[in-house]
Amino acid sequence: MSTVLSVRGLSVRFGGLMALDGVDFGVEEGTITSLIGPNGAGKTTLFNAVSGFVPASGAIELSGRDLTCLAPHARSRAGVVRTFQNLEIFANMSCLENVMTGAGRLSGYGVLAALFKTPRFWREERAAVARAEEALAFVGLAEHAATPAGDLAFGNQRLLELARALAARPTLLLLDETAAGLNMRETKALGGLITRIRDELGISVALVEHDMDLVMGISDHITVLTFGQVLARGRPREIQQNPEVIRAYLGEDE
Amino acid sequence: MAAFRRDLFSVLVFALVLLAAPLALTNDYYVSVLILCCLNAMVAVGLNLLLGYAGQISLGHAAFYGLAAYASGILSATCGLPIWLAALVAVTFVGLVAWLLGIPTFKLSGHYLAMATLGFGLIVSIVMNEAVELTGGPSGMVGIPRFALPGLSFAADLSYYRLLVIVLAAIVGISLNLIHSRIGRALRAVHGSERAAEAMGIDIGRTKRFVFVLSALFAAVAGVLYAHYLEFVAPSSFGFLYSVELIVMVVLGGLASVWGAVAGAFFLTVLPEFLRAFEDIEVLLFGAILVAGMMFLPSGLAGGARRLLGLLQPKRGRT
Ligand SMILES: Nc1ncnc2c1ncn2[C@@H]1O[C@H](COP(=O)(O)OP(=O)(O)OP(=O)(O)O)[C@@H](O)[C@H]1O
Ligand SMILES: [Mg+2]
Repeated sequence: MSTVLSVRGLSVRFGGLMALDGVDFGVEEGTITSLIGPNGAGKTTLFNAVSGFVPASGAIELSGRDLTCLAPHARSRAGVVRTFQNLEIFANMSCLENVMTGAGRLSGYGVLAALFKTPRFWREERAAVARAEEALAFVGLAEHAATPAGDLAFGNQRLLELARALAARPTLLLLDETAAGLNMRETKALGGLITRIRDELGISVALVEHDMDLVMGISDHITVLTFGQVLARGRPREIQQNPEVIRAYLGEDE
Repeated sequence: MAAFRRDLFSVLVFALVLLAAPLALTNDYYVSVLILCCLNAMVAVGLNLLLGYAGQISLGHAAFYGLAAYASGILSATCGLPIWLAALVAVTFVGLVAWLLGIPTFKLSGHYLAMATLGFGLIVSIVMNEAVELTGGPSGMVGIPRFALPGLSFAADLSYYRLLVIVLAAIVGISLNLIHSRIGRALRAVHGSERAAEAMGIDIGRTKRFVFVLSALFAAVAGVLYAHYLEFVAPSSFGFLYSVELIVMVVLGGLASVWGAVAGAFFLTVLPEFLRAFEDIEVLLFGAILVAGMMFLPSGLAGGARRLLGLLQPKRGRT
């Protein structure tokens, strides 16, 4: 098994606050690796650093390729695609167009091709539509293709964001609290969906999540973060039994 | 495919209707109003790509328009360049200026474009007024030749109008083709959420720069055609007020609608001509109509037209 994402010695500083302090984090190919920890532990910051949204020091490699000097859009093009804790959908576009934007990662035709409608344009547009429809169907939003994204119910907007990321066919998918705000039934369905993303689509997933049932149910590996540092890592069973973790984090909920 | 056919068809119909319009509106005055409509529509369509689709505010489009008008005027009248060459150089020059203006502006996120273009507009205005030797100063510049191409003359207003219709149709066609492509989706994505756009692999800086330069180019084309139509330019036509008027055209027409921008430009160009009859309360009526438009047509003329079509059409099952 090879390593898809390898983060070593990652530090992020916001003024006087060390949001991340020498964090090592990895995602093995074909696994779901969860990142858990109390509020403010630095989970989102880790995703931001990996996807290039905040400056960070340390090493970030995607399948051995150094990402640190790439801009966010270039990291996405390299194969790291993320969703956002605070929904970031394109409310001004239809669901299909939203997802086609994700699929656009794979098309490369330029302005002239768009102006003159070259064969390449039609080929890549058809492929993008097909990929987008496939992704919408995968998350169960097929009948909403023409709906303006802003009109979707909240739970469906979460799924739309997921579909948009999937249409980009990432090597590594970063999901930041996709279950936040979902009801129990929706959360359960989401768990099934994420498992299928790993098993059927072969995409490696890093998941930030507060819902422990979901995390323990679908994760292959778990890394626990507190105050910007790694507290523990291991299989779900090991994490559940780790006394430090129970004290620092799980204890809060119980 | 279907969208492309529809676009092609609508552009053709639009061009044919405009070309046929002078058959009904035989008066010279009508033709001159139609010419102004076409010129404004060219700028508005470009500005709408920037403002309506990509959500970037420019307060300096009048300056691009004016800069191209002056540049082409000076190059042809003062320097004696062939008109087609002067026009080409002027448009290229404005594109270059926009590109340079965009480099520092789009490195920063936020509303820096509005400020940068506002400042740019003021500077251009000052240069037009103060560089008297070159521009003729506040009283303007005369003696600009009528636009002509090798072997083609547009001396008659009617033939000039036909030229403008063709250029406008081309600009509308180019815009529609871009909008219905991944480039159009990228523009709207940048508007919707810059962070998400980046996460989907869109280079937002480059996308904004591209659409900014393109919209400046459209304004420049219109500016050149304006100068070589009136054969006279003065700084007062290219001030801040015109930039604002252009924004009103785009907003009233309907943000993020190519046809809306055309409709907004035609409407706002024709309206004052109609209101001339009401001498005293002209400005009052103009304001009232604008306010009513914004209140009752929140998504502009384009949105209103869509609603109307929706009401007229028999309800069909969802496809
Ligand atoms: N852009 C920023 N500027 C300043 N401080 C920030 C910024 N982003 C995050 N922080 C701070 O960094 C710390 C880690 O925040 P982060 O959002 O990564 O936490 P989190 O683990 O995702 O928490 P949650 O579970 O609430 O989402 C917090 O103290 C937060 O206030
Ligand atoms: Mg977070």
